[in-house]
Amino acid sequence: MRLEPIANPSALRTLAPPALAISATVIVASLLAMAAGANPFAVLGEILKGAAGSQFALLETLNRATPLIFTGLAVAVAFRAKLWNIGAEAQLYAGALVTVVLGTGALGWPSAALIPTLIIASLLAGALLLLVPALLKVRLGVDEVVTTLLLNFIFLLFVSMLLEGPLKDPMGMGWPKSPRLIEEARLPRIIEGLRLHWGFGIALIAAVLVWVIQARTTLGYEMRAVGLSRDAARFAGIPVGLVLIKTALLSGGLAALAGFSEVAGLKGALTLDLSPGFGYTGIIVAMLALLNPLGVIAAALFVAGIFVGADSMSRALDVPTYLADIMLAKALLLMVLAILLTRFRVVRE
Amino acid sequence: MDIIDILLSASFWTAAIRIASPLIFAVLGELICERAGVLNLGIEGIMVAGAFAGWMAVYSGTDLWTGVAVAFAVGMLFGLVHSTLTVPFGLSQHVVGLGVTLLATSLTYFAYRLFLPEVTSPPKIEAFQPFEIPLLSDIPIIGPALFNQTPLTYLAFISVGVVAYILYRTPLGLALRAAGENPAAVAAQGLSVTAIRMGAVIAGSGLMAVGGAFLTMSAFDSFFFEMVNGRGWICIALVVFGAWRPGKALLGAILFAAFDALQIRVQQTPMGADIPYQIFLMMPYILSILALIVMSRRAEVPAALMVPFNKGER
Amino acid sequence: MPEQTEAQVVLRLDQITKTFGALTANNAVSLALHKGEVIALLGENGAGKTTLMNILFGQYTADSGTVEVFGKPLPPGNPRAALEAGVGMVHQHFTLAENMTVLENVALGTQGLGAWRFDARAARARILALSSDFKLAVDPDARVGTLTVGERQRVEILKALYREARILILDEPTAVLTPQETDDLFETLRKAVALGLSIIFISHKLHEVMAISNRVVILRHGKVVHEGPIGETDKRDLAARMVGSEVSAPKVEPGTPGPAMLSLKAVSTPDRGAAPGLKALDLDLFAGQITGLAGVSGNGQAALADLIGGMQGPSAGALHLKGIAPQGWSPRTAVHAGIARIPEDRHKTGTIADFDLTENAILERYTDAPFSYKGWMYWRAAQDFARSVIERYDVRCPGPGTRIRLLSGGNMQKLILGRVLEGAPEIILANQPVRGLDIGAVNYVHSQLLAARDRGAAVLLISEDLDEIMALSDVIHVISEGRLSPPFARGTMSPTELGVWMAGQGFEEMAHAS
Repeated sequence: MRLEPIANPSALRTLAPPALAISATVIVASLLAMAAGANPFAVLGEILKGAAGSQFALLETLNRATPLIFTGLAVAVAFRAKLWNIGAEAQLYAGALVTVVLGTGALGWPSAALIPTLIIASLLAGALLLLVPALLKVRLGVDEVVTTLLLNFIFLLFVSMLLEGPLKDPMGMGWPKSPRLIEEARLPRIIEGLRLHWGFGIALIAAVLVWVIQARTTLGYEMRAVGLSRDAARFAGIPVGLVLIKTALLSGGLAALAGFSEVAGLKGALTLDLSPGFGYTGIIVAMLALLNPLGVIAAALFVAGIFVGADSMSRALDVPTYLADIMLAKALLLMVLAILLTRFRVVRE
Repeated sequence: MDIIDILLSASFWTAAIRIASPLIFAVLGELICERAGVLNLGIEGIMVAGAFAGWMAVYSGTDLWTGVAVAFAVGMLFGLVHSTLTVPFGLSQHVVGLGVTLLATSLTYFAYRLFLPEVTSPPKIEAFQPFEIPLLSDIPIIGPALFNQTPLTYLAFISVGVVAYILYRTPLGLALRAAGENPAAVAAQGLSVTAIRMGAVIAGSGLMAVGGAFLTMSAFDSFFFEMVNGRGWICIALVVFGAWRPGKALLGAILFAAFDALQIRVQQTPMGADIPYQIFLMMPYILSILALIVMSRRAEVPAALMVPFNKGER
Repeated sequence: MPEQTEAQVVLRLDQITKTFGALTANNAVSLALHKGEVIALLGENGAGKTTLMNILFGQYTADSGTVEVFGKPLPPGNPRAALEAGVGMVHQHFTLAENMTVLENVALGTQGLGAWRFDARAARARILALSSDFKLAVDPDARVGTLTVGERQRVEILKALYREARILILDEPTAVLTPQETDDLFETLRKAVALGLSIIFISHKLHEVMAISNRVVILRHGKVVHEGPIGETDKRDLAARMVGSEVSAPKVEPGTPGPAMLSLKAVSTPDRGAAPGLKALDLDLFAGQITGLAGVSGNGQAALADLIGGMQGPSAGALHLKGIAPQGWSPRTAVHAGIARIPEDRHKTGTIADFDLTENAILERYTDAPFSYKGWMYWRAAQDFARSVIERYDVRCPGPGTRIRLLSGGNMQKLILGRVLEGAPEIILANQPVRGLDIGAVNYVHSQLLAARDRGAAVLLISEDLDEIMALSDVIHVISEGRLSPPFARGTMSPTELGVWMAGQGFEEMAHAS
């Protein structure tokens, strides 16, 4: 068996594999639903209803999509340059951490000054956290996959330590929880009365900005060149190490915004269950989006919809909510296969 | 000094070897994959799946060794998924590996909820018990540490020897190493790179799953979420630390486990009580990163690691 | 010379046809190899030689036709079948694992994978016996990474002989050897023939073909266009049959040298693993002159190319451009100093396969106006540039938005030529500029280099092909283990004399003399 590049893939060839990937995912999910003793159509129907069946459901999905857009962008930016940042989870917490450190009264500024400050501080925190593995990779050749993964564990323990120590809310009745943000640090709602905060708006702006960087700037060109061929990029005079560092700063900063937006827009305080794995799910989002920043928005909505829908489906039908995770992992694997098959054909020899 | 006392106690070394055992299986599994040229980031999820599968089998009534076999088989299944996507299709080993981890973990949690919908705390099984080897276990310190362990620990040590023998003393091992160094050389000699690499990933994944099963069937007697807790990632660091050699990887795993056992004990000393426990829990991960940094300069990476082989190209 | 008509046919390819989409790679190709015979298989790149060999070795399945070895048909599509039937292949690009020993490389796959023990002792004994029988001196326990190119080729031949190959196929075996090493190889091959082996010798070096083979088969566009005894033909005739018409290599007039554009003074660079760095090397590249760098691959050519290309600065000594030492040294400063760099590997370093032609065309100059300004890309300017290169350098492609992966090697090289020559560079670093190209593209590249020289550029031509060096260069240096020979003017040295330098002799005397 051999793979042969295709010169001009037809529209059918471009669209068929993702369609097949999604169908196969749905079929697998149906089989698992049946294994759980539920009617697969009912399961899928409930997921759909739970994700988009009402205004409440839809807003819930948008809220859930917000951190996923940030982490999805973080992964998309990094993977585009073949910088394997698997540490979005830790970077998210880094953003959340500085948000509560600065936003619980340390800076008594009005919103117009405080919120931008928190955004910049979060960006810096996430960027710094990814800078360490990026430097280790560029300077010493230490594989960033393992270091970023391990940093997730380390940083979560660090947050846990702070939440049980200096950052512990004295009114928290013993729970490891930070004090609440002051009112000026909270992100307002986009439309009064609707439960959707400005974090979603910032996420959309971030996606557009990332798209502009990738398509229209020399940095974007460099990041793509470095991702596709380190050797050719180096030969052409592109400073590969520096580009990777810049990519890391951007990626880490984006992931940290997810933490900022969750704390300032939704939760109001930092706890250890702030993120149910948004950092890891960001990888799925980015891959489903084919690493396209604008695609990340759609992919994040899709993924958030499945999670939100699966939650309500699980309550209604008693099928474990992990069905959502299985569907997404399956979709990820089938999607990468599908991407390959749009660009290559399998030739039997 | 407290620490000297700890280092000289038999129970410390017994614990170190027990902590090392699951790592040994998983490190060997990863090492086999990487020696054939495939990075297997599915390791974390495969360990979760193995931990659940072995334990569930025993809970459902099979004997312990059948449980181990079930775990191995489940690991091989995920290895098949991984290798199908990464070897003949040549997909990104990073993305596929993470995908397999996500898939294996979520399938496991789904299955757990499916089989045990009502439980609040997971049921226990009759786990492997320590088996004292007569005479040898009477040697001070190392006797109880090495010769009063569960049969699965003995199996881990035997596996190191078997894997080392296969890699360096059999034609199969030669072909496997060559597939990780230059797959074109393997193909030119009429061997199938695809078969060798897929076989290595499948067998290696089986070993990873047994490593996971050690947790539920020997170290503990029950299955918890988050039980593997990054051990898979640590094993990837240990493979680098062990310079892709089974013997060195074994030493790395024991050294690492000794540090882990040490921090648990230091935590309980008066000095340790003043330090937040999170600092101790961080140690394994920090040590792994340090190990990677130390070895970065002289790592003997298999030359074709992560390089897909497509025989149509040249 | 064996009696061909009566000798046994050991290998018969019968009416082999293979198509890839619209392309017919092999069209009813038939060929019979007799015992004790050497057939030269000639043809341009893309003539179908590689496809034919891949069918023989089971990598491809033919659409029609059969392969017989020693009278028995080979099952199609089975890579083991040819090996087991006694056919051994020595690839142009060695297929050796560098971190493993000679013994491991040779014995790989020869013992059953189910066996419980790898018998190293028997393997070593057998390798030593073969080495002495065929005059293939090599240490079985040496790591392949430490061997020279010539030694590695011996390992490849040993691999085939170890498997009891009775038929040897050698793909461009002399491309990487010195003339003396080539003589050694021919001696081994003659020994093999004397012992009853048969050989297919794939080459485009016609004088070697004349020297070693009994019969010649020429492929063109997938068809056999000529077959006959070597005695009934000559080099001119063969060359004409290969390309289908009289070969029109560009006419080379001697250049008129101007001032030194680039000078290296006692430059050294660190060794890189087994590859030597430069050793206190002096070199001047003069305007209006092609300087040829001959040498066996892996003797410091890469280090020199990296130095001039800005990939690496000297660890000692100085590099001067028109007499001035540049501030800092990087690929970007090299490009801006007017150095056109044609890289050795156009697939791996010269282009980015999944970038389109526009993105590849500006790869070295994307930071400059008009392609970008203050960090913003101006894609329209980039596209215009790509279009003009496509047009002026005759790059055959659907358009500037095509991914370069889909282009042929020749068209890829034309894009690189256009990319670097558009700025009218004063210095041209051409590293293996025609490797793997067909004769049409070769002539095109050569004529572009000559045109650049004639308008005053200093050209450094690095090649493993001594014929190419001798045809184009106004002066020739030989490089060996990072040391440089004195310049030899055009026509003053014979290939054999250059071969002595390529083998590393003469440098000691030079050192004493200076």
